[in-house]
Amino acid sequence: MSRITTLADAVAGLVHSGDTVALEGFTHLIPFAAGHEIIRQRIRDLTLIRMTPDLLYDQMIGSGCARKLIFSWGGNPGVGSLHRLRDAVERGWPQPLEIEEHSHAAMAHAYAAGAAAMPCAFFKGYRGSDLARVNARIKFVECPFTGEPLASVPALRPDVTIIHAQKADRAGNVLVEGIVGVQKEAVLAAARAMATVEEIVDRRFDEVDGPGTNAVVLPSWTLQAIVHVPGGAHPSYAHGYYARDNAFYVAWDAIARDRDRFTAWIEAHVINGGPDQFRDRAFAARGRAR
Amino acid sequence: MTAGYSAAEMMTVAAARALGNDDICFVGIGLPSAACNLARLTHAPRLRLVYESGTIETRPTVLPLSIGDGELCETALTTVSVPEMFQYWLQGGRITVGFLGGAQIDRYANLNSTVIGPYAKPKVRLPGSGGATEIATNCHRIYIVMRHDPRAFVAALDFMTTLGHGATGRERRAMGLRTEGPVLVVTDLCTMTPDPETKELTVASLHPGVSDRQVRDATGWSVRFADRVGTTAPPSGVELETLRDLNERTARAHGTTAAE
Repeated sequence: MSRITTLADAVAGLVHSGDTVALEGFTHLIPFAAGHEIIRQRIRDLTLIRMTPDLLYDQMIGSGCARKLIFSWGGNPGVGSLHRLRDAVERGWPQPLEIEEHSHAAMAHAYAAGAAAMPCAFFKGYRGSDLARVNARIKFVECPFTGEPLASVPALRPDVTIIHAQKADRAGNVLVEGIVGVQKEAVLAAARAMATVEEIVDRRFDEVDGPGTNAVVLPSWTLQAIVHVPGGAHPSYAHGYYARDNAFYVAWDAIARDRDRFTAWIEAHVINGGPDQFRDRAFAARGRAR
Repeated sequence: MTAGYSAAEMMTVAAARALGNDDICFVGIGLPSAACNLARLTHAPRLRLVYESGTIETRPTVLPLSIGDGELCETALTTVSVPEMFQYWLQGGRITVGFLGGAQIDRYANLNSTVIGPYAKPKVRLPGSGGATEIATNCHRIYIVMRHDPRAFVAALDFMTTLGHGATGRERRAMGLRTEGPVLVVTDLCTMTPDPETKELTVASLHPGVSDRQVRDATGWSVRFADRVGTTAPPSGVELETLRDLNERTARAHGTTAAE
């Protein structure tokens, strides 16, 4: 049963050094505020899972939170490289980073398999790709009925999944709308889960004419903690609340390129920052509210 | 700059022309996104665009910076989850064209978007596969758009992220794949198509003002030319105007102010 609490309390209770952690949100609803709390609490040796590491994992990797990364596309979307991820892989700074690399299709199937309590996923993939040569966790099996070769990867079963969502109700149910990504699968695949949300509404979702009947609602009993963090997905976006801060994604390139400049940015905006600052950042960002 | 348009504009226009009204196209960010939306805004208004973030039949008025900008969802007919996108729509065989690019391409149109240098100790760590690996085998056919440069058009890939026609051009058939794979490569110098027998990329047309020599110099293998190499039709007034309007709207929408 989810409990409405503070960000510091939720992260301290659910995320421990050494855990396997997924912070999901496909470009949309990326849980930046929660990731920053992990950095502030100096949680270490994490295995981080995310299809698109994005700026959030660049920040967490550069801050020394991660031992291993499981991912399928590690760039700054539309801009270029993730320089902290590259520095860790190419030069071991601030510490070496083990990588387990997949394709998007594999990760999506692996989360779905995790949600369904399957040991592994089967799909038509990885044909002819060198990824199967460098990642021992990619295997091929034969369909027992047709003999067709199928790719297989282990299911993703995070210790903790963290998402950002539009709304929770007072009963602790969570609503996700727009580009819904893999959040439902990532939450259901995890042993523990928490959500930061843009707002908490008083009446239960099923008592109001609010969300459409097929909007993604995660029942309160699929998560442990809910935290009210308006703007908590900035510089990504929250459909219906604020737009993606594309200018920040562009500006991040220069910040992350340089170790000292990166460290100063983390010190100023994360170590000495907090969840309360996200509302202003998100709503001050250029672009119309969505 | 020749004749009032740039080589990059010629490339985008030539790529856009390959798309038709009956296509359902899986769109990548960057050059493919510009080409696909240009096609939709000019000769192929019924072209259906699908982005891997789950947006189906999206009609963005500006080009998205990322694969999941809000613009894509707001203008889409429907938006599905990412597992559904890869399972039912891509793997389900419902996408006719996949548009890809990469850091390196070889003569059989295999692509590298993973590393430059050895995988375990890369000189440059690139973003990786994203959707490309399965787009390449599950879409009915593949178009590739890339800037022509000897560091990109290489004799041997550092890493084969994405299957084109394989190491010898015969791998797709040997694997029993029924999709066509790459059928067209568009660059800022020329268009290339695979030889029907060997599958080796062959220059089909040169963009106006481009010489054989320029293409040879920009290609890291001894590139073949078709028996009759055509000249790509230059961008029309409508194509250029539409592309420039799109790029201008996009620049305005994304803004340029630093957000530190």
